[in-house]
Amino acid sequence: MAASINNSNSTPAPPPLTGLTKYIGIFGEQQIIHLLKRTMFGAAFADVAYFKNKTLPETVDELLTSSLLTPQPPVKEYTVPATTLVPDNNIAAGSTWVNDANTDGTINSLRRSSFKKWWMGVMLKQQRSIQEKMTLFWHNHFATETADVGNAQYIYKHHQLLRLNALGNVKNLTKLVTTDSAMLVYLNGQLNTATAPDENYARELQELFCCGKGPNSLFTEADVKAAARVLTGWRNNASTISSYFDTARHDTTNKQFSAFYNNTIITGRTGANAGEAELTDLINMIFTVPEVAKFICRKLYTWFVYYDIDATVETNIIIPLANLLVTNNYEIKPVLKALLESEHFYDTLSIGCQIKSPVDLVVGGCREFGVKFPASSDYTSSYGMYNYLVNWCSNMQQNIGDPPDVSGWKAYYQAPQFYEIWINSDTLPKRNQYTDTMVVNGYTFNSIKIMYDAAELTKLFTNPSNPDNVVDTMVQYFYRIPLSNNSKLQLKKDILLSGQTSDYYWTDAWITFINNPTNTANATSVKNKLRDLAKYLMNLAEYQLA
Amino acid sequence: MKRRNFLKNAVQASVALPSLINGFSFHAFGNSSPFLQSLLAANTETDHVLVIIQLNGGNDGLNTVIPIQFHANYAAARANIFIPENKALKLTNNNAIGLHPSMTGLRDMYNNGKLKIVQSVGYPQPSFSHFRATDIWMSASDSNNVVNSGWAGRYLNTEYPNFPNGYPNSAMQDPLAIQIGSATSLTLQGPAVSMGMSITNPSNFYNLINGISDTAPNTPAGKELQYIRLVAQQTQQYASVIKDAASKVPTQATYPTANSLADQLKIVARLIKGGLKTRVYMVNYGGFDTHAIQVNNTDTTTGSHANLLKNVSDAIAAFQKDLEFLQIDHRVAGMTFSEFGRRIKSNASIGTDHGTAAPLFIFGKNVLGGTLGNTPNIATNVAVGDNLPFQYDFRSVYATMLANWLCVSETDLSQIMLKNFQTLPLVNTLSCKKAANLAGDILISNYPNPFTSSTVITFKTTGDHTLIQIIDTTGRVVENLVDKVYTAGTYTVVFNAANYPNGVYYARLQNMVNQQVRTMLKVQ
Repeated sequence: MAASINNSNSTPAPPPLTGLTKYIGIFGEQQIIHLLKRTMFGAAFADVAYFKNKTLPETVDELLTSSLLTPQPPVKEYTVPATTLVPDNNIAAGSTWVNDANTDGTINSLRRSSFKKWWMGVMLKQQRSIQEKMTLFWHNHFATETADVGNAQYIYKHHQLLRLNALGNVKNLTKLVTTDSAMLVYLNGQLNTATAPDENYARELQELFCCGKGPNSLFTEADVKAAARVLTGWRNNASTISSYFDTARHDTTNKQFSAFYNNTIITGRTGANAGEAELTDLINMIFTVPEVAKFICRKLYTWFVYYDIDATVETNIIIPLANLLVTNNYEIKPVLKALLESEHFYDTLSIGCQIKSPVDLVVGGCREFGVKFPASSDYTSSYGMYNYLVNWCSNMQQNIGDPPDVSGWKAYYQAPQFYEIWINSDTLPKRNQYTDTMVVNGYTFNSIKIMYDAAELTKLFTNPSNPDNVVDTMVQYFYRIPLSNNSKLQLKKDILLSGQTSDYYWTDAWITFINNPTNTANATSVKNKLRDLAKYLMNLAEYQLA
Repeated sequence: MKRRNFLKNAVQASVALPSLINGFSFHAFGNSSPFLQSLLAANTETDHVLVIIQLNGGNDGLNTVIPIQFHANYAAARANIFIPENKALKLTNNNAIGLHPSMTGLRDMYNNGKLKIVQSVGYPQPSFSHFRATDIWMSASDSNNVVNSGWAGRYLNTEYPNFPNGYPNSAMQDPLAIQIGSATSLTLQGPAVSMGMSITNPSNFYNLINGISDTAPNTPAGKELQYIRLVAQQTQQYASVIKDAASKVPTQATYPTANSLADQLKIVARLIKGGLKTRVYMVNYGGFDTHAIQVNNTDTTTGSHANLLKNVSDAIAAFQKDLEFLQIDHRVAGMTFSEFGRRIKSNASIGTDHGTAAPLFIFGKNVLGGTLGNTPNIATNVAVGDNLPFQYDFRSVYATMLANWLCVSETDLSQIMLKNFQTLPLVNTLSCKKAANLAGDILISNYPNPFTSSTVITFKTTGDHTLIQIIDTTGRVVENLVDKVYTAGTYTVVFNAANYPNGVYYARLQNMVNQQVRTMLKVQ
């Protein structure tokens, strides 16, 4: 059977026709699991249990609260090679490097690594909040690459900017990103001067960050040039780890924009506040364009629901969300609230249609299995483990901190495949190898092992002595598409019962495992069966969906 | 389409299981150099195949191989289920025993010298638990030890020590072992990873080779699912070799219908004939836990056990005929095993409870036909708790098949079987060639091996965190020999085992996403 990758044997099902009307159906386990898998990384047992007694609005409100605990910044967990020209001996092992202005190449390379490991740890230990998913969203939206930025302090600062504003005001965030040090490096803002304008950021600001590339995004080349001139004069100071405005480099002339921007003229300013003032005007001007709110809402929709935005979704979902964004002066929370409480979000056709990103697969899997990482005080071990997971995600083509380019990861914009880009003949076997390794061997660093412990997970189930309950619960948490009864029965028999035909053999073994865990032979038998069942379920295509 | 219609079509999918599942998912990260590719595939060169037939539940040996020699006592102990003497199938040159009346196929094979009956196979301190006893038979451990790998898995790890790194490659592009069933069993588990792959069930196999794909719901989720399945099928490394092998065998001999063991063996014969270099196949037939109504009380030669044995006998007989038809019978030997036999004395439910030793069958063209062992002696007064002592340790059977059929060397044999076991006269010993080189990427090795007190381990790392654990046969990590960050290169480290007991140890290398295991043997 020679089938092409673009499987168009059947007409793809159109997205649901439901709208932004509030969802008033059952808010039970299935809905909670769906909501958590989209707004957090994975639906951990404890989190599902926590929300079971809450209403949908209560749950969404809680998820939309910024984390009350801000994570401690990344620390120096690396050893500095003796050949380093400017070592950071002033920073003690285990202390943070984020405020230490060091521009040495080796040190920054170690710190960029350190940043990624730290970020992985923050996601793994996330609170019951949408904040980490939103931080990653903004990183994908305002894409930067650590390899290009280089300066690890800038990178951390940029990242914190995204996190602290993740649930705030997108217009304000856009303004802050524009003069952010990392972004000034990445898109050449720091090289943009009156005598030698650099259009890079001005273009991406309009094309990628605000207006998009759709048929209603009609900014012109002249707009790009004009915006570039508005943004002249910004520079970085590596010693103070901040950006600043240099009047000497600023273009003080008036900047004329096209009809797309109502032919606005931004008055050229002089003086120390010129940059800030003109930037404010620029942002205000861009954000009056109706397309901006829609563009941002489409990106949010692709991130949280699905990538297929046809005329019906545009009319029923995107436009109402965009209106909400505008009337709330570009605050993100009301938009997210409306989307996550909508009938549309819980429609059967919106469920299970996302292919997990590598981060979703890895972080979600670790959280769902309740993988315990060492305490942050043991930074060497914990960062070692985060590093392992960063590597896996990178192998699967999602290197956090380093998307392929300024457009972010292709899965979120490249038509017609979108999410399907995550899955190819290289990455799918790697996904399977990752889950196999975690559930069979785990990962050991400094003699500490982390693994997907299927037996520990099973202990949380409602009735694990019943083998049907074990299979049903595992399927319910791992999959968004149900498995047929025949399939579940075959798995129960082949794996949990080792080919026996009576359920009580499993029941007896489980009860012995709980009451007498020192019976090694029985414990091994039970653990291996659960391991094999979990492994099998994670090997199926269904596991890749969220 | 109206939304209502959509939802109607969108609901339950009878989602089927995929056709193939890897025992351990692997991806050929390393590049096989042309040099490596020119080397022979395995440690030992042989085209012999071993087919392992697991009978789940504990087969009642005494009603399978009836002890004619002690029939009176046998009948007395099992008044409600015994097979009458004149109904037991007679065997050429052996009046001491007879086969269950439904096993005409195996009777004929015995009389043609293609069946070996090994009496009273068991082991010391046997377990009466299905799970534990099955694990013991599969891991070939002592009954008081827990061993975390399977005997066939350890064999395959010895033959293909670099698996999965660099596999499949042009020298060995086929699965090392194939099991029919949802998951690869402990039998095929190597020291670190499973060495086999599984074909979910016979109907999935035919769907695979006939290109019939599974249904998916008519929803966006279903669309994404179909895409992923498509990629899964294309990247299932063995899907194409299995399909190719199957396509080369358009005709087979006739197999009985409504016989799931026959269905499985038919696929095995087809794949062997189709040219797979796979050496170990495992199939499974269950229902033998006959605590109640083992027979029909009106005619004890019929009933549930009779049906099971008929299917086993018919399936093996058809399989053997097919091997002859396909002209591959000289390459294949098969064996049955069950986790235990059953109680000498029957119970009041017209059945039998868990027992101990029982006979097993070895079959094939090159098998030394006949009976090995004495007829189990049945006492005049059998108590409810009495059980049959074993005459042959099941590990001797495994050791024999490995040494005499799969040509495993003595040193390797003691590593695989964890101890020395006598070999038995089961198959014709044929000479085997020994290959000098190994395919795949060698990431870890040691010298000397076997060693007496210490050995030098050489390993390759691509850089970053590198771990070498020393693991014993129970799976316990006895030492973390290496656990730090390296720059890329080749390094050595000494494993000093002076204070450890003799036996098999595994050096497991883990270098970020790569892992590989080296089997080491400490001797006196």
